[in-house]
Amino acid sequence: MLYALKIATRYLTASRAQTALLVFGVAIGVFIFIFMSALIGGLAEFIMMRTAGDMAHITIQAEAVDPALLNPAALGTVLLVQEPSTKATAILKDTSAFIPLIEGLPGVKGISQQINGTGFLTRGGQVTQVSINGLEPGHESVIANLASYVTEGTANLGAGGVLLGKTLVEDMDLTLGQTVRLQSSSGVVAVLTITGIYEMGSGGPDRRQAYVSLATARTLFKLPQGVTRVEIKLDDLYAADALAPQIKALTGLDAKSWTEQAAQLLDALKAQAQTGYILKAFALLTIVIGVASALLLSTYRRRPEIGIMRAMGAGRWFVMVVFVAQGALIGLMGGLFGAAAGYGVLLAFPSRDSFGPGQSGLPIDIRQGAYGLAIWLTTLGAILASILPARAAARLDPVTAIGQ
Amino acid sequence: MTALLEVRDLVKTFGSGEAETRVLRGLNLAMQTGELAALLGPSGSGKSTILTILGTLMHPTSGSHTMLGLDLTTASDRALTEFRNLHIGFVFQFHNLLPDFTALENVCFPTAVREGRETAAARLRGEELLVRMGLSERIHFPTANLSGGQKQRVAVARALMNRPELVLADEPTGNLDRASALQVMDLIGEINREEGTTFLISTHDEKIAAQCRRQIVVGDGLVTG
Repeated sequence: MLYALKIATRYLTASRAQTALLVFGVAIGVFIFIFMSALIGGLAEFIMMRTAGDMAHITIQAEAVDPALLNPAALGTVLLVQEPSTKATAILKDTSAFIPLIEGLPGVKGISQQINGTGFLTRGGQVTQVSINGLEPGHESVIANLASYVTEGTANLGAGGVLLGKTLVEDMDLTLGQTVRLQSSSGVVAVLTITGIYEMGSGGPDRRQAYVSLATARTLFKLPQGVTRVEIKLDDLYAADALAPQIKALTGLDAKSWTEQAAQLLDALKAQAQTGYILKAFALLTIVIGVASALLLSTYRRRPEIGIMRAMGAGRWFVMVVFVAQGALIGLMGGLFGAAAGYGVLLAFPSRDSFGPGQSGLPIDIRQGAYGLAIWLTTLGAILASILPARAAARLDPVTAIGQ
Repeated sequence: MTALLEVRDLVKTFGSGEAETRVLRGLNLAMQTGELAALLGPSGSGKSTILTILGTLMHPTSGSHTMLGLDLTTASDRALTEFRNLHIGFVFQFHNLLPDFTALENVCFPTAVREGRETAAARLRGEELLVRMGLSERIHFPTANLSGGQKQRVAVARALMNRPELVLADEPTGNLDRASALQVMDLIGEINREEGTTFLISTHDEKIAAQCRRQIVVGDGLVTG
C-alpha cells in the first residue's frame, strides 16, 4: 500500500504541469462548492434573522375563553353564532409557577412575559388603530431585538413611555418626546410620552405596533395579575419543534412552535437549500468527470509501464491502488487548495454581523463554507472517479501493454 | 543439474475462425537448472510466444507447463503473478524500465512490490547488483539519463533482484551496439556461472547464441534443433 502510494506520488510529480492543472480544476470545483455553501447558508441565515429571528420560537398563549351560551333549553331549536372576543381576556395566571421550570430547560435563551391587545392611538384629531404590546422593562429585546431597531430615543420602557414605529410616527406627524393618548380595547385611556422610535424595515410592525411597559399594559387592559402571552427564545430556533412538547408536558400549557405558523417560510428555505444541493452536486460532478478523464488518459499513456509492473510481479490490486491513490491525492490536494482559496475569498466579504437591520452587503456566512465537507466529498469523489480508470489499468494484458 | 521447467505438447493459437493463427504446434521443451540457452529461429517462429508462456504472462491454448514441480498450466492470475515475482526475471529488448524512477528504484521494484515498501535490505541488494553491472556511478540516476547499454544493464539487475531461478531475455542485445551487447552477455554469463541462474535468451544474433552453452532452434511452432 505504502509502495503503491509512492509510485502514485511519483507519477503525479513526474507530470507536474498536468497534475497542477488537474489540481487547479478540482480546486475551482471545491471553491464553487464552498462559495455556494456560504452563500446559500448565509442567505438562509439572513432570511431567518430578518423573519424568524425576531419571532418567538415558542409561544404560550392562554386559551380563549368561549363566551357563555344563553340557550334556554325549553325553546326548541335555536340558531347560535359564536364569535370569539377580540378582547384579550384570556390570561395566564401564576407565571411564577411555570416560568422557572421553562428557564431551567436546556436551549432556552430568554423568556418574555407579555400583555397584548389592541387599542387606538390618538394625537389631536388623528386616530390610528394599533396593537399594544406590554413588555417587562429590561426584557424589551428578548424576542425582537428592539434595541437594535431604535433610531431615536431608547428601547427602555419606563412607566408612562411608549415606543412607536417610524412609519406610524411619520403618518401621524409625531416626534420623540411628544405625548399621545392610547386607548385600549378595554376602554382605559393612558397619556404616554414617546420615548423611542424604531424601524424594523417591515410595514406591519413599523405602522401598527405600540410597545409599552407591562405595568402600563396592566392598567390599559385591567389585568392586575397574570399575562396574556409568554414568548420564548431559543439558542437554536430549529429546536423549537422538539422543545415545545416538552414545555407542554412540563407545564400543561399549550406551547406552540414557531414552525406551526411559518410553514411557507420553511418550505421556501427547504427549496433554497435544495437549489444549493443541486448546484453543489454539479460542482462535484465536474470534479469527478475531470479526474476520471485525466486518469483515463494517464492510464492510456502509462500502458507499457503497467505491463512492466505486472511482468515484475505486481498484482492487479497493486495497479488499482496506484491509480486510485492518484485520484485520492488529486482530490485531497484540490480540496485543500480550493478550501483555502474559498476561505481567503470569503474573508473579503462583510462578516455575518452585516445581516443585521440597516446594514447591506451579500449575505455570505464564512462559517457556513462547509470546508471539511468539501474536502471530504472531493477526495471521496476523486477516489470514486479513479476506480474506472484504475480497473481498466488493472485489467490490461501485460503482454499487449508491454508491446513486446 | 536438476529439472527446472518442462513444457509438453504446447499449443498456442491467436484469433478464431478464419483469422486463427497457430503459433505453437505441440512444442516440447525441458530445461535444467543452471543452463544458459539461446532460443533461435526466424521471425514469426514463436520465440516470443514461448518466452511469454514460460514467463507465465500468457496461458497456452493447450499442453502442459510445469516449473519447479508446479503445474502452471491452469493456475490463477494471482498465483502466476506471485510465482513470476519470486521465480522469474525478465529482460526485454527495449529495457522497459520505469522512466520516472531512478536506476536503484527500478532494480528494487520486484522486491518492493512484494514487500509493500523499499526495505533497507532491498536497497542494499539493488546497489550491489548495480555495482556488479558496472553502474556504481549511476545508482541514483533517473533512467532517462542513462545510455542504452546502461539501461539494459539496469534491466538485467532488476531481473536478478529476487534471485529468480529463471531469467527470460527477449533479444536483450537487439537494441545495443556491439560493445554494449558483449558487455551485457558477459554479465549474463558471469551470473549464470557464479549463481547458477538459468537463462533463456531469445536472439537472432548467432554470435550471441554462440556464447550460450545450448542452442534451441524453433521453427514453425516446434523445437527443430
